[in-house]
Amino acid sequence: MISNQSPFVQDTTSVSFIMFLVLVALIPGILVHCFLFGYGILFNIITATITVVIAEYLILKARNYPVKPFLTDYSAIVTAWLLAVSIPSIAPWWIIVIGSLFSIIFAKHFYGGLGSNLFNPAMVGYAILLISFPAIMTKWPSAYSSVSFDDQLKLFFFGMSSYDAIASATPLDYLKTELLLNKNIDQILAEPIIKANPLIWVGVAYLLGGLFLIYKKIITWHLPLTYLLTLFLIASLFNLANPNNFAPFYYHLLNGGTFLAAFFIITDPVSGPTTPKGKIFFAFMVAMLVYLIRIFGGYPEGIAFAVIFMNICVPLIDKLSQPKVFGHD
Amino acid sequence: MKLFENIFKFNGGIQAETHKTISTAETIKKFDIPKKIILPLRQHIGRLAKINVNIGDYVLKGQLIANADGNVSAAIHAPTSGYIESIEKLPIPHPSGLPDFCVVIKTDGKDTWVDKKPIQWKKIGYQKTVELLISSGIVGLGGATFPSHLKLTKKDHGAKLTTLIVNAAECEPYITCDDMLMRERVDELIRGINLLHDFLEFEESIISIEDNKIEAIEKIKNAIKNEKNISLKIVPTIYPSGDAKRLIYLTKGIKIPKNTRSSELGIQMFNVATIVAIYRFLEFGEPSLSRIITITGNIKKPRNYEVLFGTPLEEIIADAGGQKINNQTFIMGGPMMGFALPSIQVPVTKAMNCIISAEPKMLKNDAPVLPCIRCARCAEACPVELQPQELYWFSKSKQLDKVEEYNLFDCIECGCCSYVCPSNIPLVQYYRFAKSEIIEERQHQEEANIARERNEFRLSRLEREKIERAERNAQRRAQTSSDEKSKLVEEKRKAIQEAMQRVNKEGGEKL
Amino acid sequence: MLITIGIIIFLSLIIGVALGISAIKFKVDGDPIIEKIDSILPQTQCGQCGYPGCKPYATAIANGEADINQCPPGGDDGIHKLADLLGVDYKPLNEEHGVPKPKSVAIIDEKTCIGCTLCIQACPVDAILGSAKHMHTIIEKECTGCELCLPPCPVDCIEMVPIKETTENWKWKYPVHKLKVDERATP
Repeated sequence: MISNQSPFVQDTTSVSFIMFLVLVALIPGILVHCFLFGYGILFNIITATITVVIAEYLILKARNYPVKPFLTDYSAIVTAWLLAVSIPSIAPWWIIVIGSLFSIIFAKHFYGGLGSNLFNPAMVGYAILLISFPAIMTKWPSAYSSVSFDDQLKLFFFGMSSYDAIASATPLDYLKTELLLNKNIDQILAEPIIKANPLIWVGVAYLLGGLFLIYKKIITWHLPLTYLLTLFLIASLFNLANPNNFAPFYYHLLNGGTFLAAFFIITDPVSGPTTPKGKIFFAFMVAMLVYLIRIFGGYPEGIAFAVIFMNICVPLIDKLSQPKVFGHD
Repeated sequence: MKLFENIFKFNGGIQAETHKTISTAETIKKFDIPKKIILPLRQHIGRLAKINVNIGDYVLKGQLIANADGNVSAAIHAPTSGYIESIEKLPIPHPSGLPDFCVVIKTDGKDTWVDKKPIQWKKIGYQKTVELLISSGIVGLGGATFPSHLKLTKKDHGAKLTTLIVNAAECEPYITCDDMLMRERVDELIRGINLLHDFLEFEESIISIEDNKIEAIEKIKNAIKNEKNISLKIVPTIYPSGDAKRLIYLTKGIKIPKNTRSSELGIQMFNVATIVAIYRFLEFGEPSLSRIITITGNIKKPRNYEVLFGTPLEEIIADAGGQKINNQTFIMGGPMMGFALPSIQVPVTKAMNCIISAEPKMLKNDAPVLPCIRCARCAEACPVELQPQELYWFSKSKQLDKVEEYNLFDCIECGCCSYVCPSNIPLVQYYRFAKSEIIEERQHQEEANIARERNEFRLSRLEREKIERAERNAQRRAQTSSDEKSKLVEEKRKAIQEAMQRVNKEGGEKL
Repeated sequence: MLITIGIIIFLSLIIGVALGISAIKFKVDGDPIIEKIDSILPQTQCGQCGYPGCKPYATAIANGEADINQCPPGGDDGIHKLADLLGVDYKPLNEEHGVPKPKSVAIIDEKTCIGCTLCIQACPVDAILGSAKHMHTIIEKECTGCELCLPPCPVDCIEMVPIKETTENWKWKYPVHKLKVDERATP
């Protein structure tokens, strides 16, 4: 124990153990993605991990911090993996490198390092990439042509002049553009790009990983359940009111990395609220914002911006949601 | 209904390994009378006891050697017969390692009792009995050492006492002294409960015990078979279920509000050892002279001992065989709330319920302290439903007014938050620091207020004297003639000169 | 146009009346800022700040004649509190006025005391008991450690003794931890 004061016994869960379990929970989703869309995602993950470790090492040295405990707490690697699974797997190498560098250096260490970052670092990296390179960030691998290993290598290092053969829009993107063209919603939903899109299975894999995290008590139920419930409710509400313009709830829940967000992104402990009521409010607002951005906003997917916006409100949420102490009225 | 048996569960708490079987294999051993008895004068909450013996006096076993000073204090008795050898500052079991006043008795081995008589409390009445209890030296033997006579009030703020809860939980790991007491002396306990029941006119008595004490539960169940006033409540083994307010909530479902004593709601709680002590005092006239102490952990022959207060701890540890792995570290109390003894050359006191010889993993201090990752596991574990992470941030940055705002003084320092923290932050250390700082600041503020008042009074006194002097001078000037005045002045001047010469001479000699 | 002017005049009348009533109803006697400053000062009454006592120093601060960093017994803590109260910047203690010392109390060597009462007259909180040609003694509980009794004593029989740590006034220290890797204390 640290110095001669009680308590003299300690639970064995450490920060690195928590982060490690998060990585373990991400693996099913990554494997399914690999199986369906090729090795791109693995390249991203490996590059992200290497970039992040080097960047953190250099920054810790520059800040005169002890390197070993901070490097081995895996928190930077979790950020790297979350960013890597959020961006298209066919993106060239410099996308993930820039994103990772921004996440670690700007969003994490410039705010004070582990435990002090105000914003979710992975989401900050994603948002910067989305705004700076919108063309590349919206080209996702098509479900119909699994990219071969050699092609993936070429794509990764050299990019490609034309992605038409292998890239396509995401279901969210497709629905949005088609609705703008005034097509019938039921027709759009019936098209294979949405109805039979294998990205759904990636989502389900993340759901399983998330449930594993709840079982292991790494995260609590407040954030994921509230997020999914709110999204379900508001999507159903809009859908009931105007079925021609708004897709039903299952579409929203199964597409766009909803499960990834619910279990992995909004549950970042450092940038999120600490009280149970605060968590429920936070998840509720993120879900509302995500839905509004999806429908009325300029981007097809709004998780990054919704999370960043709510991160700003977290100190106030914490202050106002303090629970009642035992014996106080 | 069995389904609703444990319907009340407090928030949080932890389930750690209890390590109780280490010290329950053997029965309680009565430790021999040591050659020297060292009795600290402060073994209780409240004021130091006032000595009423002198060096060289011969004292008998059970003789009062220090009176309680006021109401919030307790008496000290000689645990065996012998001669008062000295009264001096000696090391006591305290985290600071600082010495405090102790009475040292050189024992004569005869163990002669003072003339003790049972207290006929029914005859002498309630008031007189409480006065006698003040001089019984009985304090809470669960570790808190609160003078017990203060808890033996029949009414508090007009509320009549209805429920007696017997705290048999013993929730901290390693400690088994209450468990063994119940296994071996359950009849004394039951008689004590009945006595208290009649004395304070309770309506019901409940023994609350954790479910891991299987033998004790069996013994109690047998003993209370025909007792209609006493019932048994088995609570789940979660630390800290033995904390008074938590146990009341588990037993009765009532949350005692802040700044309220449980007696104001008709509930009173005593530790099993304290009840046995009160029983022995009222039934046989025996004041508080000994207690059961657990010696456990990294030790060759762990067991429970019945020891007289003032027995040097070294001798007991030697009798238990000494440490298996020698690391010279012993913890007084439990691993969650105890403290490391600066040395074992200390006597056994009323507060010493357990000595844990530190296991090597308790001293593992190479795990670094990482920054707080705001995971809020501490808040999930806190039995008082506080927000330990907020208390930590404010204590760390020394924002003491904010720490108080976030209810720092509700913290019972149970250690659950530090136990679960993944970053290894020693949270309780920060709270203890903040509490001491705040209390010291309050004290300084009070002292400053008094100094201010005294200063203002002095300034007004000087004003007053100036005015009076002016008036007197005016009067005297009117009366005395100028000749007489110069003669008086001359005499005074001569006297001052003589005094100065004297001083200079003495001063010169001294140098 | 006329209606606008009329509304504005009406509003100003109402606001003016409200201000007037509050000026009368919420009027405070005396200058509370001096009391507030005085409640932060440690009441040692030592005069190290250059003023004969804490209240005069508080008055000087309130009038802008004195700076907030002239009180050594108040220490850095006191300066921070004053800075917060008055909304000015913190500045470190002005060493010209003295350095913070551990809290001490004065004690008179009774063998040497001549009973001259000069120290009694000097003590700002009347903590010395005694009278002319009789033994003087310092009431330990009331002594603020201001050291004003030391200069007047003609036989130099008073000395300052730091308050010892006993089990009664011992307190837990601020936790400091070192990360083993580079022996540097974590922030």
